[in-house]
Parts: sequence; C-alpha cells; structure tokens
Amino acid sequence: MAIKLHVNGQDRIVRSDPSTPLLYVLRNDLELNGAKYGCGLGQCGACTVQVDGNAAFSCLTPIALLEGKSIRTVEGLGTAAHPGVVQRAFELEQAAQCGYCIAGMIMRAQALLDREPDPSDAEIRAHMQPNLCRCGTHMRILRAIRRASEMLKAMPASKKGATDERHG
Amino acid sequence: MSDTGEGLLRRRAFLAAGALVVNFSLRGNARAQLSGGGEGSGGPAVVDPKLIGDLKTSPLLDSWIRIDGAGHVTVFTGKVELGQGIRTALIQVAAEELDIAPGTIELVTADTARTPDEGLTAGSHSMQDSGRAIQNAAANVLALLKREAARRWGVAADSLSTNGQGEILSGDARKLSYGSLAEALSLHVDAVPGVPLRDPGTYRTMGRSLPRVDILAKLTGGASYVQDMRLPGMLHARVIRGPSYGTRLATIDIEAVARLPGVVKVVRSGQFLAVVAEQEWTAIAAMRKLQASDFSRTATPIPSGTSREIMKALPTREIVILDTTDAVAPAVASVKANYSRPWLHHGSIGPSCAVAKYQDGIMTVWSHSQGIFDVRRVVADLCELPIEQVHGIHAPGSGCYGQNGADDVAADAALVAKAMPGRPIRLQWMREQEQGWEPLGPGMVTDVEASLDANHRIVAWNYAVWSNPHNNRPVGAGGVIAGGEVVPPHPVPEGKPIPMPEGDGSRNSNPLYVLPNVHVRYHFAKDMPVRVSALRSLGAHLNVFSIESTFDELAKAAGVDPLAMRLSHMQDERARAVMQTAADRFGWAHRRKGDGYRGCGMGFARYKNIGAYCAVVLEVEVDADAGRIRVHRVVAAVDSGTVVSPDGIRNQIEGAVLQSLSWTMTEQARFDALHRRSFDWSAYPIHRFEDVPGSVEVHIVERPGLPFLGTAEAGQGPTAAALANAFADATGCRLRDMPLSAEKVRAVLAARDRA
Amino acid sequence: MSMRLVRPGGGRRVIWLGLVVLLLGVLVAYAATWRPAIEPVARPLPSAFTAAQVERGSALASLGSCAVCHTSEQGATFAGSRALPTPFGTIYTTNITPDVRTGIGAWSREAFHRAMKVGVSRDGHHLYPALPYVHFTHATDEDLDALYAYFMTRRAIEATAPANRLIPPLGFRPLLAGWKLLFLRQTPFEPDPTRSAAWNRGAYLVDGLGHCAACHSPLDLIGGEKRGVAFAGGEAEGWTAPPLDATNPRAGTWSVNALHDYLRGGIEPHHSVAAGPMGPVTHELSQVPDADVSAIAVYVASLMNPSEGVEHAVDAVDRAVPAAAAHPRGAAIFAGACAGCHEPGAPMGHEGRPLLSTATTVLANSPDNALQAMFSGIRSPEDGRTPYMPSFRDTLTDDQAAQLAAYIRLRFTNLPEWNGLRTAASRARAEAN
Repeated sequence: MAIKLHVNGQDRIVRSDPSTPLLYVLRNDLELNGAKYGCGLGQCGACTVQVDGNAAFSCLTPIALLEGKSIRTVEGLGTAAHPGVVQRAFELEQAAQCGYCIAGMIMRAQALLDREPDPSDAEIRAHMQPNLCRCGTHMRILRAIRRASEMLKAMPASKKGATDERHG
Repeated sequence: MSDTGEGLLRRRAFLAAGALVVNFSLRGNARAQLSGGGEGSGGPAVVDPKLIGDLKTSPLLDSWIRIDGAGHVTVFTGKVELGQGIRTALIQVAAEELDIAPGTIELVTADTARTPDEGLTAGSHSMQDSGRAIQNAAANVLALLKREAARRWGVAADSLSTNGQGEILSGDARKLSYGSLAEALSLHVDAVPGVPLRDPGTYRTMGRSLPRVDILAKLTGGASYVQDMRLPGMLHARVIRGPSYGTRLATIDIEAVARLPGVVKVVRSGQFLAVVAEQEWTAIAAMRKLQASDFSRTATPIPSGTSREIMKALPTREIVILDTTDAVAPAVASVKANYSRPWLHHGSIGPSCAVAKYQDGIMTVWSHSQGIFDVRRVVADLCELPIEQVHGIHAPGSGCYGQNGADDVAADAALVAKAMPGRPIRLQWMREQEQGWEPLGPGMVTDVEASLDANHRIVAWNYAVWSNPHNNRPVGAGGVIAGGEVVPPHPVPEGKPIPMPEGDGSRNSNPLYVLPNVHVRYHFAKDMPVRVSALRSLGAHLNVFSIESTFDELAKAAGVDPLAMRLSHMQDERARAVMQTAADRFGWAHRRKGDGYRGCGMGFARYKNIGAYCAVVLEVEVDADAGRIRVHRVVAAVDSGTVVSPDGIRNQIEGAVLQSLSWTMTEQARFDALHRRSFDWSAYPIHRFEDVPGSVEVHIVERPGLPFLGTAEAGQGPTAAALANAFADATGCRLRDMPLSAEKVRAVLAARDRA
Repeated sequence: MSMRLVRPGGGRRVIWLGLVVLLLGVLVAYAATWRPAIEPVARPLPSAFTAAQVERGSALASLGSCAVCHTSEQGATFAGSRALPTPFGTIYTTNITPDVRTGIGAWSREAFHRAMKVGVSRDGHHLYPALPYVHFTHATDEDLDALYAYFMTRRAIEATAPANRLIPPLGFRPLLAGWKLLFLRQTPFEPDPTRSAAWNRGAYLVDGLGHCAACHSPLDLIGGEKRGVAFAGGEAEGWTAPPLDATNPRAGTWSVNALHDYLRGGIEPHHSVAAGPMGPVTHELSQVPDADVSAIAVYVASLMNPSEGVEHAVDAVDRAVPAAAAHPRGAAIFAGACAGCHEPGAPMGHEGRPLLSTATTVLANSPDNALQAMFSGIRSPEDGRTPYMPSFRDTLTDDQAAQLAAYIRLRFTNLPEWNGLRTAASRARAEAN
C-alpha cells in the first residue's frame, strides 16, 4: 500500500503496511539513521522525531496516523557539513558518550526550543524527562540545550527558519 | 610504583592450607595486569615480554601502523569504541608519537582479519594495553623513518626533527614526507623496546581535548552503529524465546507463522528459533504471534529474598585476598556493618544487534561485542566452522557497560545466517529480550568489622565479600544462549574468579589505605541463581561502597573528620592529592553541617588499586516524606596518569557519577521463581533528567609522563559511597543495602523520628 | 425569585425588595459563618508531641492524601504551590509545613482543628472547598491532634503559593459563607453497631479524611456534592471517577480483596492500573497500615456489592477479525501504536498487567477514561511501582482516537458500542494533562 509522508520538507512515497510504526519506515524505507529503536514502548525516547512540531515517539506512531502531518527528523535539522543550531551546540559541548540516545534528545530539545526559545533550566529538565540516557551524559545535554537557546537568541531572525527546505 | 606497595608486600603473610586458595598480588609487574582486565580469553600468548602493552603479544610494527605512499596513515587496534572515546584517544596517541595531524589517521578497530587480537575492551585496560602499544609502535615507526631519512641524507638520525605535518626535517631545512620514506621501508619488523617517546613538553595533540571524531555523525544521522548497517539483500530476523533466561515457550505454531505474508523463513535448530522476513515490522509481528504462548521454567527456580539471603545460602569457596598480622595498640571502639547490592541490569539504551552473512563458506559477523576475537571463536564453535572461515568485525552499538546481550545476539545472527547462505541477516533483540536474557551485574554482600585505638587509628580490618563470578564472557558456544539451545547443547562453562590484582567480586576489596591486621576474604560462589557477568567496575561498586562507608562510620565513632580519617591512613601521595583536590574544590573545610535534611559526604578509591584514582564529594538534600534524596552538587577529582583527552576523562567520570547514582539509589532487577520481572523501563526505572544532580564538576590532577591509567570505571565505587555518606551526614541514619530507595529512606527516617 | 413587572413603580419595588433580601441573606450567611482570627502561637517544639501521635498522624496524612495536593511538581513535600484546576479557575495549594511566616508554623491546635472542620484559616478567612473540609469535618479530635503533631514536626520550608486565578466574583471569599451553609454538615462520625469494626473504620476513613466522595460523587453547579447520590460517580482532572456504589457496571467483580489490592498496590490484574489522580492516592495508601486499607475495601465493597454476590471474572474477549473488519483504520492504529504492550503475546502479558478485555476503562459505559488514558498516558507516582503508559495526545487526532476506541471496544468486549466518541475525544483532549 502506497502512503505519502511529508518528511523533512519533502513528500516521500512509502510502500509499507499502514500499521508500520514510523520508526521502521524512517530507518528501512527512507534510510534515515537518526531515530533509533530503544524499546518500542514509548519509554526511552531514542526514537523521538517531531510530528507537526511536537516531539513524538516514532516507535508508537503508525504511518496510518501521519497523512497530512509534517515529520522532521534529525537529518532535517542539518548535516555534518552544515549542522543546525541544536546539533552545533551538542557538538560544541561534546554532549555524547555512546551517542545512541542523542538524536532523540536533539529532536525533543528542538520541539521545546521551537515553542519556547528561552526556557528555564527547570523547564528544560521537565521537558526532557521522557528521554533516557544510560551513559550519564545528562549534564552535557542540558548545557547543550541551554547553549542552543543562547545561540538562537543571538541569531538574527531571518536565519532562524527551519532548515528542512534545504536539507529535506 | 610507590614505596607503599612494596612495604605491604613484605608484610604480607601467605596462608596455604586445605580449602584455601592463595592469591598473589604482584605489584609493578605488567604481566599481572591481564589484558582486558582478565575477562574473556584475554588475548594471545606473550611473544616478547620486554615490549610494552600489547606489543608483547603482537610485536610486528605493521600489525599496528601502516603508511602508504601518499602519507596516509592507518592505525590498527584490537580495542573498540564503546562510547568511551577510545577511537579518538588512540588517534591522538598515534598522531602525537608520529607527530602528524590527527585528521590524517584512519583508525581500524577490532577486526579479526586486520587488527591485533587484544582480548576484550574491558576492565579500563584500553590505554594500558593498546594505547601504550600504539604509542611505542609509533615511536618505533618514526625512528625507522628517521633512520631511512638519515641514510638518504648521510646525516645522523638524531639531527633530524619533525614538524607535525608528516615530514622529516634535516638541520639544513631539507624535507622528506613520511609517505615517500615509507615506500622504501618495510614495517613488517618487530618493535624494539626502549625507543624514546616524545617529550610531553612538545605535545601538539595529547593532553588536548580534541572533538571526538565520531560525535558529529551521531548528531546528524550518519550511519554510526551496527543497527544502521544496510547490506544489499539484507533480511530482518527476530529470535523467539521465553521471557527470560531459563524459560521456554510452550506451544509454538510454527506452520501458521511461516505462512504469514512476508515471512521468508523460520529457522529452527533444537530449541533455537528465529523468524526471518523482508520487512522488519513483519518479523516483529511474526515474533509476537509466536510468543503468544505460556512459558515454563527450564532451570531451577530463582530463589527469593534479599541479596544477603540468597548469596549466603549458596555454597562457596574461600579465597584469601589479604592477610596481615601486626602488633597494635588495644582497640577502644569497633564498627560492624553489612552491606549489599542487588542484581543490576546493564540497561543498554539500544538492545543488542548483529549482522551476519554466510557466503562461500565464510561467515562474517558484525557485532558490538567487547570481544570480537571471542565472537569469532564462539561463532566458529557454534556454527561448526573452522576458525579461519569466520570473520568478526566490530561495529559500535549503544553503551554496553560490560557484557550485555551483544555476544548472544552475534551468535543468534550467525546461526540464522548459516541457515540462509548468501543473505545478510540483521538480528535485533527487543527491549524485553535484552532485559530478560542479558547477563546481569551480580548481587553481592559484604561483612565488615573494623576497630580503632585511642588515637583514632584503625587497628584491625576484617572484610568478607560474597559474589558469583563476574567473568562469564563467552569464549566458546557454551557461553551464549544459542549454545544451550542447539542439539547437542554446549555445556555452560563454570565461572572462574579473576585473580587479583584485577579481581572480580574481589575487585577493590583490598583497601589502598595502610592498615594493620587486614583480613580480606572472598567467598566465591560458582553456582549462579541468575545469569550474571561483568558490569562496569565489577565488584568495585559494592566493595568501595562498603569500605568507604565503614571509614565514615569509623570517623564518626572517633569524632574525626571523614577526610582527616582517610588522609591519616593513606600514604599513597596520588591518592592523597586526589582526595584533597576534590575536598578543596568542594569547599569541604567550610561545608554545611548535617542538619537533619542536608549533608555532605565523600568517597575515594583507586580502581583495582592499579588504575585511576578518583575521589567524589557530594551534597544531598533529603525529603523525608517523599523518601527522596536530591543530589545538589558533585565535585570529583581524578588522576589518570598521562592525560590524552581531558574532556574525554571528564565525560567518563561525569557519566560514571550519574550512572552510579542511578544504580545506588534506584535500581534493582526483579524476579519471581519463574522469570525476571524487570522487563522494561517501567519495571526497571533508571534516573531521568529530573533525578540528575544540580551540578557536576570534574577536576583532573595532571601527571604528565606517568603511565596512562584506565578511567572508565573509576567513578562508580566512590560515588556510591559518597552518596551513602552524605545521606548519613544529612540524617544521622545509615543505609547499607542498595538501592537507597524512597521506601528505605522513608522507613529509616520514620524509625529515627520514632526513637 | 420571580420578577413580575406587573405595573410600573410596583415592579421596581419588587426588584429593590429582592436585592435587599439577597443582601440580607448574604449578611446572615456571613454572620453565621464568620470566625475571628486566632492569635498566632510560637511554633511548637517537636517534644510537645509523642512519637505515637506523629506516627499516627503520618498514616492519617497518607489516608487523606495531603501530600498529593499540597506538593508541587519537584517541590518539597507539603510546601504547597500545586496548581489545582477547578471549574471555577485555578487554585494554588497552601504551604502546610510548619514554617512560621509562609506555612502553618504559628497555628495553634485550635486553628488547625478549625481549618479542618469548618474551613476557616487561622486569620479568619474562608478556605475554598478545594480543601475538602466537608469531609474532614467528620474526623475525630484525636485524629486531628495526631495530624497536627505530624505537620508540626515536618521540615519547615519557606514557600508562598502564587495568587489564585479564579473567575472574578469567586475570588470574593465571603461568598464561601453561603456555600458552607449549604454544604457543610459538621456531624461527627456515627458508627453503625450492626456492622463490623472494619466496616466502621472504613466508613470513618472514606467519609472523613479519605474524602472519596469528593471525586466519586456527582457535584452540582456550584461544586457541592449532590445529595442522595453519594458515590454515584464523578470526575477529577479530566478522568471519570467511577461509581463506588452498585451502579458501577463491574460492581460485582470488586471483591474486598480486589479493592484492597488495587488501593494498596495501584494495580489489580482483572481491572486496571490506578490512573490519573488515583495513581498518587494509591501511592499514599501503600504507606498506611494494611488494616486501614482493608477497612476501606470492606466499606467500599459493601457500597458496590451490598448483597456480597460472588465475584464473576469477565471472560477474556478477543474478536480481532470482526473488529478489524468493522474498524480497519482503528485496527491499523492499534497494531502500530498499542500492540507492543496490549496485544496478546506482548511481554506485558506475562507480567500480570491488566488485559484490555478485563480493563475497567474498556468495560465502562462511557469511553471517557479510555480516551483520557490515550491522551494523558499513565504515570507511575513512584517509578517502578506501577506500569507506565505513554501519552498519545500529540500523535492521535480526535478522529483517530475515536476510531481506535471503537476498535478496542468491539475487539475486547461484548458490550454495546460507545456513542459520541468524536465529541468525547475532544472533551478528553481538552482536559488532558
């Protein structure tokens, strides 16, 4: 069955059963590595992507739910050559150990910064709660999000727009 | 080595009688430091004991370093990237000793066809084993390049220098690139000992915090993990088992599932069962159908009770770790305490995964196991292939923190691949399979009794620890789950203790403090009621918790400051420096006094007494009604010898602190008689963002020129102890059985308030 | 009051008369319920109380779930500042730690008793019935003394709650006078001699400190519990609080043991996980003496099942094929979003977690709680005790939630389909947290 998904600014046609969780479609059909399998139960957030701007567990979101919705993955924020603001902040803070949770962390953080560009530390902690990190990188992740917020505040408004037009 | 070590050795008395087995503690002898920390097969035999690190077992220079005509350098290591930053650190080491830019180096990690066998990446041994080997191999290679340049120019080799850009320079400004020199050389020669290393004063790379070479890809969706591999024609597999180790599903309607659209094959071999499909989601759905069945237990029932009840009921043999007898002043006070920790999950965020392909008689396995050469041995054994026909390649997974499901999944994937020649097979465990089947960190208990004289000096120290083996690393098919499922099944090997100085349950059971009348006993229980193997820091987590908690209890009995108590019994200068640094940076001298709710505590250990030194000081605030311990501030100090990447060290210690706080405060694997109950994050919660400390600082005590010391596991024990000590300072109550859960906190504080 | 404009001049007089009567009514109510300020006292020392009192107070505070309302997210216990959404606006709970300036540290025993029994603060102002003093008023003096001992020996935390944000006229506290006249019955608890000690204990706890009826009874427009239909069901924070009487559709399955296990453990395998506000309530009840939880179970069982009928377990229903045929979209959503936990064969099934076919929410007459579970998820008040369910609010539209609910109802029950799912979904989403 052909289903049209709007991923990172582009329409993509996938041929998967409508019950297939977005996670497997992203990884296997579209060959996007960012979202990861961690539990498939909505408990760890390694699969986090943005759906219409909200952080969502792609492991629990069948593509049947996604017609007409806008999906963004970490690949839609930037590339290694041109990283997005949040990715750049994580790189500067070296906010990763094994790195497996990090793409999910970035997407959840992006969802926060999209609607609240200047969150308090308490708000950041509360917002990031659904995402697990087992290596104990939390302090760096919090610093990276704080840094991204500062970088965003310092940017001229014209540059802050979504990067997915360029990097679908 | 410090004088302290030799002094202790002379005073040590060895007992040899009957059922006792004596452990030697060889100080300052690198051979006693087993490759990979003594876990797994430990690597190949020593060829040249005069060489440094794993050059001993792989002395040929081109095993480690190759340079092509264009000057591109390839470095080979038998160690692997686990998220600890070793890839970048080893590149820095090589770049430094070769005096070239790190960006020109390609590092190849464990590959049975291409790299040396360095045993496991475990036990915080990578810098000692591989780092030093690469450092010395690089020095050897540079010496050969200089010698060749000297020959061509007709000058003395020691008149030549390097400029950090891959060029040798003569005194009169002539230049030759490494590439042009290497073309004329063979590096297929043995390393020689004693080649001088670069002067740390001239370092360009080592000692700096280079951005890790792997992080940017992980931030931007680059293919970084074994889970990201996509090979042409690859199929997706899921293994079908009961809910946890020692269980089996009852009825399985294989025919119905094999007929499901998209299912390519159902692979059976004895009890081993896997379903293979073109689409991953199809494989998962088919797996769920096959698992909709009752299960029964195949092993003996899991005993119920606390760690103490379970461990003390097991038959053990006693291993003497330390026994000294000294004349001392009479004791005026004593502290007697028992400590414990439960079984713990590794809790890898990404459940284990492997890719395997069997083609033209060659089995290739991509795995995130810490021991790729052992994976090769296991797969050869299980699939009944000659070892030369099995090729193991490391591909990173998520953090493993010891032996998780990686080796089992590699074997599972290989079995499936063998049944489907020509098709790459990607086999991924589900979350509940990782939780249910991986080996756990062993539950352990300790009994401690120590006494003080009238001058607040410790005069006797009696310590006993009970543990299962921590080293059940698979070295043959019997060590993996599939090995027990095929017919005939491979027997599970008996777990053996790792001898000191590494130790396993005994790791860090011998205090670094200078103490008289020390009696340390290891009650080794080979029968494992629960499947266990190595979890980061092994026995050090509980042993350091026990020793450092006892030190605080002794300090309290003596009316002495906990830091002063430690310093007055510690002669190792580096240990003293680390404790003092952490204390000073924390503001220990003018810290807030425990007021019933807030308090401060410290913990110290030198990992294995031969690894990195780490002291942790932290401040807590306790909410008695919620039972919640909030950690406000953590200050750690670490001495890792020569520092390759300061930020890498800080990252490792920060991570160790947070992980240990989660273990110590919150975590506990759960069972009933039939199976494990802690099958997902809901049933096995770990710390989340709301639980982590307010702040964590790590201060590095620099020791340029001293040997590298493994740091990855140095923080676990001191953090656990610091937490318990801070809680005691805050509330006046001691908690000795991990986890220091909300329920226990409420209970002990309610009891305090009743009294 | 009728306003009959019979004739000019006479009509205006009627209006004026009506207003005077109303004003007099308010004044009478105010006078009847007015209380003077009670002088602040020096904060009592812990030695003023016995350990037994404090321990008893601790259990009573858990039975009353005081910490649940009087603690904010990540805040210190009892320090208040939790936002309570009510139909009348948002109320922030007060600091009930013994801080002298911002808490109740200067409250005498009398002031505390008065607040709990008649809803008047130490300084004389009326308290909003968000504090359920209509129930606390039935507590014995001995129990109130124990609570006082407990609160006075907690850690004093300095914290002031944000100002309440109520619909404008309701910020005028004297209006509460009238409310109290209508709803506050200061009757002491009267044990029933024909019932067991456990039943009476349960009745005392449920009707008093437990304040169960505050959620489990229908409320009228001004937030008072409707008379004559106590325990006929209510709602709290977007969740339906099911009836605790015989009108509960599964009343016959709630044995004393089942109720006890649910209340104490937060989960009952043949019913449900404690969701929404019941999660924290059961967490509190896990910390009280077991005999008290049993007593509550005995009492509630008697309300639900007065004839003490035999518990009949519901058969596990799974009509996957017809349900998928009737609701193909719901089936696809279920397979992708829910099956990992809720499909037969999912690992949760081996762990004694409730099946959908026996879940209270799925068998209820109204789909409200099923939809609320989808939108709010289920949090465990203390990690690891009870299962966790993620929220699907951001990925399910109201339409999709309705389809999913219809599929689940048809697949896992033999009961009539739910009506008005689309509207119910919108309503549930609006109240989701």
